[in-house]
Amino acid sequence: MTDSRVVRYVLRFVAVAYLFLLVAWPVSLVAKNTFAHGWSSMRTALADPIVTGSLKLTVYVAVVAVIFNLVFGVGISLILVRRRFPGRRALSALIDLPLAVSPVVVGLALVLTYNRRDGWLGTTLEDHGFHVLFANPGIIMATTFVSLPLMIREIVPVLEEIGTDQEQAARSLGANPRQTFLRITLPSIKWAVVYGVVLSLARALGEFGAVKIVAGNIAGRTQTATQVVEQTYQDFQQNTAYATSFILALLAVASIVVVSIIRPKGNT
Amino acid sequence: MSIEVRGVNKRFGDFVALDDVSVSIPSGSLTALLGPSGGGKSTLLRIIAGLEFADTGSVEIEGVEATHLPPQQRNVGFVFQHYAAFKHMSVARNIAFGLEIRRRPKAEVRSRVAELLALVHLTQFAGRLPSQLSGGQRQRMALARALAVEPTVLLLDEPFGALDAKVRQELRDWLRRLHDEVNVTTVLVTHDQDEALEVADEIVVINDGRIEQIGTPDQLYDEPANDFVMSFLGPVTRLGGQLVRPHDLELSTSDPGGGRLCSITRVTRVGFEVRVEIEVGDETVLVTMTRTHYAALGLDLGGTAWVRPVAGAPTVAGSSNAAVQRDFADAG
Repeated sequence: MTDSRVVRYVLRFVAVAYLFLLVAWPVSLVAKNTFAHGWSSMRTALADPIVTGSLKLTVYVAVVAVIFNLVFGVGISLILVRRRFPGRRALSALIDLPLAVSPVVVGLALVLTYNRRDGWLGTTLEDHGFHVLFANPGIIMATTFVSLPLMIREIVPVLEEIGTDQEQAARSLGANPRQTFLRITLPSIKWAVVYGVVLSLARALGEFGAVKIVAGNIAGRTQTATQVVEQTYQDFQQNTAYATSFILALLAVASIVVVSIIRPKGNT
Repeated sequence: MSIEVRGVNKRFGDFVALDDVSVSIPSGSLTALLGPSGGGKSTLLRIIAGLEFADTGSVEIEGVEATHLPPQQRNVGFVFQHYAAFKHMSVARNIAFGLEIRRRPKAEVRSRVAELLALVHLTQFAGRLPSQLSGGQRQRMALARALAVEPTVLLLDEPFGALDAKVRQELRDWLRRLHDEVNVTTVLVTHDQDEALEVADEIVVINDGRIEQIGTPDQLYDEPANDFVMSFLGPVTRLGGQLVRPHDLELSTSDPGGGRLCSITRVTRVGFEVRVEIEVGDETVLVTMTRTHYAALGLDLGGTAWVRPVAGAPTVAGSSNAAVQRDFADAG
């Protein structure tokens, strides 16, 4: 065996061991604990209306957040790549902010903006009977905020790579801007958008910190699945906590697996 | 006139891309915009297409004022250097694109696409994706796509620039035949003088954002307006401060009258051509001739001879030394 082969095997081992200790093992323990007593933990958890309610809320919030991210993510990506304007780099940096700051800070910022007593926007909205905090709009906003960068960071490099030649060709062949977008741009960035959707969906399902602060953790009303995991775990209902965690992990992993199966080979 | 460009100026920041450019392009002709890279010829083409807009000046296409029209309303076909193939569509769908946008009936689209596929010899590749075609095939597909919408003008931006020399030559001949067949007003941007001289009915020489000369290939070659045109189109050498074509110089072993004495310093044979480097005073001059002619002269390397321009040879006073040196290097 030559030296380079030794190095190759050592590097491979380190990478696999790292992933195993950090990701695979802990996640597998969740599964192991969930099914330690067969399906009974799962049955107990799914019989609890607080658990099922929180799962429904989580899925609802995640889907709505992803739809917002889809529309604004594609829009902002197009502006960032195709337009030149003062402050473009600042906007680009701002988009990474939700990835950089702690979700708890995001939640706190939303509370400061939308609270009903002295919030910058909150007082006006409350006067018109629109509740942001401790209600679905707040949860959706927090979730959208933290997952938006994932969508944009998937789309921007692909848009940059395909360039403007195809779009210009479409224009010269008579397509208006809308037709050019639907027939040329969108099909070209299709897989980036799909991957962005999956990543932000997975992220949205698992959001904890920001949601915890804006939602107020009202059981059965504004409690998302991650909050239920925390609460049941602290209330010595470990089995329910494991089962709910397992469902959350399963949803996220399933969406990533589905995409890697349907995505054509050699297409990034 | 099919295309009328009047007084067009275009700047990119501090860089002047076009400086008061006016040109008329006749209907049905094949015109080449020729010049060095960065000289403004592509910018002019893109302004005609509506992909860029002039700062000042106007563009008229087939009598329609088009200065501010968006590209999709100009009815021009545009072919890009790097093909701009729609990567997610088959060859047939690429060609059909413009017709589908115009909501032509399905049957008409189908027959027109079949017709164009035959015209560009891609019938058997109709179902392939662009990534499965060679460069030359992709460019033929792009041409068919541009022709599908029956454009009033066809604009080609360095269409063969990304292809290798042999394919380039083939496509050049093919483009000329195609133009004679479909007869659409065509404007071709190129930095390749051979391409322009071979294909175009008329050549517009553009340099530094300005038009240097407009004329037929013969006019430009035989009556260049200035030293730039002379040295950009065809080989050039310098004799007694005058620019002259190396093949317009004749050597003889005895004084023919009006000749200058020179010494022969180098002889290189390239295919059918012989390149003779001579020294006249302190000037190094290039003379080219056929192999037969060279053999008949019986010159000796290191020996002396007389040199003079042939009767009627175009000469231009050489002012820009750099341009001549560059072309001398190219020719040698």
